[in-house]
Amino acid sequence: MLITCPYCGPRDLAEFSYQGDANRPRPDQHDTDQARWNAYVYDRSNPAGPHREYWQHAGGCRKHLLIVRSTLTHAIESVAFAGAQGATPRPARRSPKSRTKTGPAKGKKP
Amino acid sequence: MAEYSFFSLLKNAWNGNRDWKPAWSKAEPKTDYDVIIVGGGGHGLATAYYLAKEHGITNVAVLEKGWLGSGNIGRNTTIVRSNYLLPESIRFYDFSVKLWEELAHDLNYNVMFSQRGILNLAHSPAQADDYIRRGNAMLHGGGDAEWLTPGEIAKKVPGVDLSKSARFPVVGGLLQPRAGTARHDAVAWGYARGADRRGVDIVENCEVTGFLREGDRVVGVKSTRGEIRAKKIAVAVAGSTGRVMKLAGIDALPIESHVLQAFVTESLKPFVDTVVTFGGGHLYMSQSDKGSLVFGGDLDGYNSYAQRGNLPVVEEVMSEMVALFPGLARVRLLRSWGGVMDMSMDGSPIITTGPLPGMYLNSGWCYGGFKATPASGWTFAWTIAKDAPHAINAPFTLERFHRGALIDEKGQGATPKLH
Ligand SMILES: Cc1cc2nc3c(=O)[nH]c(=O)nc-3n(C[C@H](O)[C@H](O)[C@H](O)COP(=O)(O)OP(=O)(O)OC[C@H]3O[C@@H](n4cnc5c(N)ncnc54)[C@H](O)[C@@H]3O)c2cc1C
Ligand SMILES: [Zn+2]
Repeated sequence: MLITCPYCGPRDLAEFSYQGDANRPRPDQHDTDQARWNAYVYDRSNPAGPHREYWQHAGGCRKHLLIVRSTLTHAIESVAFAGAQGATPRPARRSPKSRTKTGPAKGKKP
Repeated sequence: MAEYSFFSLLKNAWNGNRDWKPAWSKAEPKTDYDVIIVGGGGHGLATAYYLAKEHGITNVAVLEKGWLGSGNIGRNTTIVRSNYLLPESIRFYDFSVKLWEELAHDLNYNVMFSQRGILNLAHSPAQADDYIRRGNAMLHGGGDAEWLTPGEIAKKVPGVDLSKSARFPVVGGLLQPRAGTARHDAVAWGYARGADRRGVDIVENCEVTGFLREGDRVVGVKSTRGEIRAKKIAVAVAGSTGRVMKLAGIDALPIESHVLQAFVTESLKPFVDTVVTFGGGHLYMSQSDKGSLVFGGDLDGYNSYAQRGNLPVVEEVMSEMVALFPGLARVRLLRSWGGVMDMSMDGSPIITTGPLPGMYLNSGWCYGGFKATPASGWTFAWTIAKDAPHAINAPFTLERFHRGALIDEKGQGATPKLH
């Protein structure tokens, strides 16, 4: 299995770590409804077919990814950065060279 | 005279083996049963056998989408053990070991149950403490456990690297002497024959494609061989639980399907006469009667219904094997394969009435459902016959996840990667 990281390009499965099902909406942190939290923690839709799931490119750029992959064939449909805005897919980049400049966050002293 | 005995062997040898009956007949499905069991794996077949034997319920059909033994019952590494920590698990799996000890006699079928023991190697003082605690819990629960020092391990398993320079030096090991291995497909065939001889219909090539409902109640199934009705519908489809339960409108369960691989090497002379597990990573290995080493490791780690895995796990398992047994580095691998595991969120199974009226569910077997086959069938049959669980499976409900009554051996919290 190869995963095409939008940042690093196609890389071997061994570089990635699986972070699980991305279909479960996390209840609001102020939500005190037990049934909703139980469902979030324990229940899975476990589909046979396309599955939205999180991976991390742990042995690469360390970005968290949102991937749609078939659980029947392991074929990958789409890869995108897992973003705060519900992970809008971004176009895949060819190589690390073409990345946009984002320097380290400034103004933070240890 | 028993169907299989020394005398029947002699008699049939004399006759040129012309008089044997097939172990089970290829039944045509009827339109109505008392009980339908969906899934002809080990658990479905054992359930049918105990329904007939213990409860006299013989108007039963086992519906299997492929052939008997095509699922995990024919794909596992055949380890049978009850080396658990929690009282619920000890009671259930120890009951299973007791059934295993009598199984060949009970079925009049040689399931080749060999109590060669299982040795869990520990590689750090903390791991040793943890294993010893588990051993004490096993003794307390009425089971058997022994702590072995590296010197004792050297005598028992000469191939293990016990040097101080090993990547994960061995500090000791927990042995359960009554554990062992069995011939996996003989278990399926033995239960199938036992059920068949008692009047159960075993219907192969019959995939359940939907459920017949009357209101909330499940009253039958749609299948590739037509509609079949029954008073009670029991589901025991292991890795396919998610798919099959969706057909009944149950869209979410505390289960994920994951792929687990297994491996066999070429045949070797007797090399190891017990089951050995490596605690520095995750590896379990035994030697089959043919001489092949049979072994496996971790799940591939992502949701999967494909009965095949990927190379990173192959590489990892091989490297663990060579770390533990350096002498095996040049042994050739013959085959590898994968099976789809029903991974529950606390690592323990579900054997229960419901979740819909008229329905019964057996699932969540993770890595370890082979050893459970007799106890699972026995308690599931009880649950179906009495419409209530036996004390032995009463803790293994579906609601436990929502009541916080988890049976979480590792105390690790909700994750579908336990066993
Ligand atoms: C590689 C591997 C190694 C393992 N090692 C061990 C071990 O060492 N020790 C241990 O205790 N356990 C082990 N296990 C786990 C064990 O094999 C399983 O937990 C157990 O076999 C599951 O129960 P079963 O036998 O009923 O499953 P299965 O044999 O999978 O039975 C389920 C059946 O349901 C059928 N089915 C599915 N959908 C439908 C449908 N719609 N209609 C009709 N039929 C359907 C399938 O075809 C299948 O035959 C291992 C599993 C694997 C894959
Ligand atoms: Zn990357």
